[in-house]
Amino acid sequence: MEQGLHCQMGLTDGEYRRILELLGREPNRLELGMFSVMWSEHCSYKSSRRVLEKFPTQGPQVLQGPGENAGVVDIGGGWAVSFKIESHNHPSAIEPYQGAATGVGGIIRDIFSMGARPVALLNSLRFGSLESARVRYLVEGVVAGIGGYGNCVGIPTVGGEACFYPTYAGNPLVNAMCVGILPASSITRGTARGEGNAVMLAGARTGRDGLHGVTFASEELDEQSEEQRPAVQVGDPFTEKLLIESCLEVMERGLVVGVQDLGGAGLTCAASEMSSRAGGGMRLNLDRVHCREEDMDPYEIMLSESQERMLLVVEPAKEQQVREVFERWGLEINSIGEVVSGGMLELFMRGEKMACFPAKMLCEAAPSYDPPFEEPPWFRELKAEHPAELPVPGNLEEAFLKLMASPNIASKEWIFRQYDQQVRTCTAGLPGGDAAVIRLREVEPKGLALSVDGNSRYTYLDPYKGGMIAVVEAARNVAVTGARPLAITNCLNFGSPTRAHVFWQFRQAVEGMSRACEALGTPVTGGNVSFYNETSGEAIFPTPVVGMVGLLEDVRLHCPMGWRQDGELVCLVGDLAGSLAGSEFLHVYHGKLAGELLQPDLERARNLHLFLLEAIGEGLLSSAHDLSDGGLAVALAESSIAGGRGVELELLLPEGARVDELLFGEAQSRVVMSLAQEKEAALKEKAGRYGLPLHRLGITGGDVFSLKTDDRFSIRLSLHKLIHTWEEVLPWYMNRRAL
Amino acid sequence: MKFGVLVFPGSNCDLDAYHLVRDVLEKPVKYIWHGEKKLDGCDCIILPGGFTYGDYLRPGAIASFSPVMEPLKEFALRGGLVLGICNGFQVLVESGLLPGALYRNLHLQFRCSSTHIKVENAGLPFTNLMRPGQLLRMPVAHGDGNYYCDSDTLEELFRHNRVVFRYASPAGETDQPSNPNGSLANIAGICSEGGNVLGMMPHPERAAEALLGSEDGRLVFQSILAHWGEK
Repeated sequence: MEQGLHCQMGLTDGEYRRILELLGREPNRLELGMFSVMWSEHCSYKSSRRVLEKFPTQGPQVLQGPGENAGVVDIGGGWAVSFKIESHNHPSAIEPYQGAATGVGGIIRDIFSMGARPVALLNSLRFGSLESARVRYLVEGVVAGIGGYGNCVGIPTVGGEACFYPTYAGNPLVNAMCVGILPASSITRGTARGEGNAVMLAGARTGRDGLHGVTFASEELDEQSEEQRPAVQVGDPFTEKLLIESCLEVMERGLVVGVQDLGGAGLTCAASEMSSRAGGGMRLNLDRVHCREEDMDPYEIMLSESQERMLLVVEPAKEQQVREVFERWGLEINSIGEVVSGGMLELFMRGEKMACFPAKMLCEAAPSYDPPFEEPPWFRELKAEHPAELPVPGNLEEAFLKLMASPNIASKEWIFRQYDQQVRTCTAGLPGGDAAVIRLREVEPKGLALSVDGNSRYTYLDPYKGGMIAVVEAARNVAVTGARPLAITNCLNFGSPTRAHVFWQFRQAVEGMSRACEALGTPVTGGNVSFYNETSGEAIFPTPVVGMVGLLEDVRLHCPMGWRQDGELVCLVGDLAGSLAGSEFLHVYHGKLAGELLQPDLERARNLHLFLLEAIGEGLLSSAHDLSDGGLAVALAESSIAGGRGVELELLLPEGARVDELLFGEAQSRVVMSLAQEKEAALKEKAGRYGLPLHRLGITGGDVFSLKTDDRFSIRLSLHKLIHTWEEVLPWYMNRRAL
Repeated sequence: MKFGVLVFPGSNCDLDAYHLVRDVLEKPVKYIWHGEKKLDGCDCIILPGGFTYGDYLRPGAIASFSPVMEPLKEFALRGGLVLGICNGFQVLVESGLLPGALYRNLHLQFRCSSTHIKVENAGLPFTNLMRPGQLLRMPVAHGDGNYYCDSDTLEELFRHNRVVFRYASPAGETDQPSNPNGSLANIAGICSEGGNVLGMMPHPERAAEALLGSEDGRLVFQSILAHWGEK
């Protein structure tokens, strides 16, 4: 064995010794390569696994929890929803278009692997400051890549979020979520059961692209990362579309035993995981793998991450039927081996045995670590700062406009207009709202409300509270449409787990998210951890992103965020003033990120969601909109913009609060709503029953956004000016030529 | 009246057109695979949107050589009703059933947004329930909708009332800001000489139910039914 080959492949000396022990011999190059990719952080979750065990994963609605290609929850009426979010950060940092596109392709395959018809895509994006030409190049490429792939496969991109902070300048985050629907009784799983069953490889040809992609994803980015460009795969959405149709057809017809997509670690991962789940093994003949080039060796075949490929386990009697379906769709499919008992993974090429060891060694025997963790010094330092000691802005209107023009708050239309949002004609709530709303034609009149959310300012200041808030806010996003939050998937984007401060953040965030998931009854059904998000030794802000699925019993009753009529009452449910700690206002106006976050009240959050479900279900509300970045003033402005009508507001400054805390302070469990005036009494009664404060703020109408506090005109702007300020930000940046 | 929806590899609005006919119009409809050699007695053929053959080479270019295009051409020549939406329009142009070309959008981006289109010809099987000058709101979603033809063809299109829809402002002005893709003369849809083949970039099937935000698109299909003497 070549000295140090395992190091080049990303394995530690200790891990190499463990492989020697497990095998009882030296591995050959192919075997070592297979261990290295499967034992990479990306595939094995070796640093995170023990922490992730804290997540609540049970619930009456959960049909499939973590451990499969994607989670599945029951939505009643015999139907279920499969969903998952996954990162493609490192590839997107190097090759933004293909990196983002293949991220979308990968998550779609996870969903239809379960037998679900993909019906919606969402994404969560983080970039550096738009002042940088490099960042604008990344934004342009990532957005085009997401659109290029999703538009072509015919799955609408219905929602998402995008934030811009300098911490992401060298390491953008691209998290893609896919949602699919399937009959609750026919979940397909990634298992290789049944000795003698055929193992079939379908879809694109295997090429030399993406070798060691997962190893690359498990390292920090640095100046040399550009050279890793060949580790990024190239997507072909047209093949994916054909693969969706043919796979769903063979699954619907009950022709397959198990299915798994080939993603990170390619055939190695699919073959070993499917075997391991079934407690069996596979004998594969690599000569039968359809390759793009002629002289590919077993190492390249087993480690290739070529896109748009699926591994299927099929009973011999059904092999021909399966073959016919794929061929009708113009796809190649080959039987490359068979399922064997005894649990061994045996690989042959040109009649020679190339590798042979138990499949479980790659999966269950992977190392698991408890990395050291330590509270970082800045945690207490930042907490000790008091933003409320900073001066109140002299000109509130100017401060407000500055906030509306922050790229984090401004319209994201420049992004989502590049995505097909409506193919499948099921999108009832378009991007730009709190949550996307889709109808489910299969089980009318039900619908889904979908949201992705994460606030890294909060998680940086306090990962525990920030983790909680990510869940609470995502749940609120779906609750304001009238949906019941069902379950979450998450993507945990962090720096290197070998840094004690990063690992502390990771543990704290998982802890906080778990607490919130328990309190809200929204278990975790799957997700993805992305470590090593660093550039040149600097970790990103810890960024857990939550993908929430909410169920609407009647999609026709979903509640929009904009004012719908003139002359309606505007109310706030929740606390009037928020906190400046970690607020977007503090970041934009004072250029600071500091303070101690308010403790989210989980009991109140639960009550608020129940209150919304009831109030919207009974038709009490005309609109409802969640308060988040920018606080009350921004939420009110957003409802005006979305509704295309003005509003007259009069806010009473609560005792002990500052006017900037009232207007721009942030806190959880707050919602602005509009309703017909005669419904006020009913709303009051309901809010009282759930123990929620209710404040009357004003009346909708006209074409002026007017917000008064304590007899002083604070903000008075034409709707036109407000919309223009908010709309023009992203186009203005993105139309600037690269300098 | 029986509808057929063509399915090419990469079509992705086939389901939407099918759903519209079956569930909204409540009329018989069937999918027709691109490899078929006959149209099976359908009275109106819809070429749906999508990315046939991944838009490789040019949008619609490869699909225009599909076996089903032969019976489709005969059907169109005999006066059969053919509606091409988005990629379907691109296939019609590539196959020569409609003149001109659909270039890459002028701003080079895919664009999905709500547009207003102005009815220029209300005397067609597809528009007979509309008023001339009427504004319809429906979405576009394409990367290659920038209609182009030479000046003689353009003159011919206008002279014979073959420009059916043009992008307009909510006030009805066919101005530049209302044009989502840079198309010549704000053209959103054109028809064949006989008026029985319509190609349009906006998606009427996406604007045919209140839940989806607009019902204006339904007028296209209701006109087809009215033309056929059904309702």
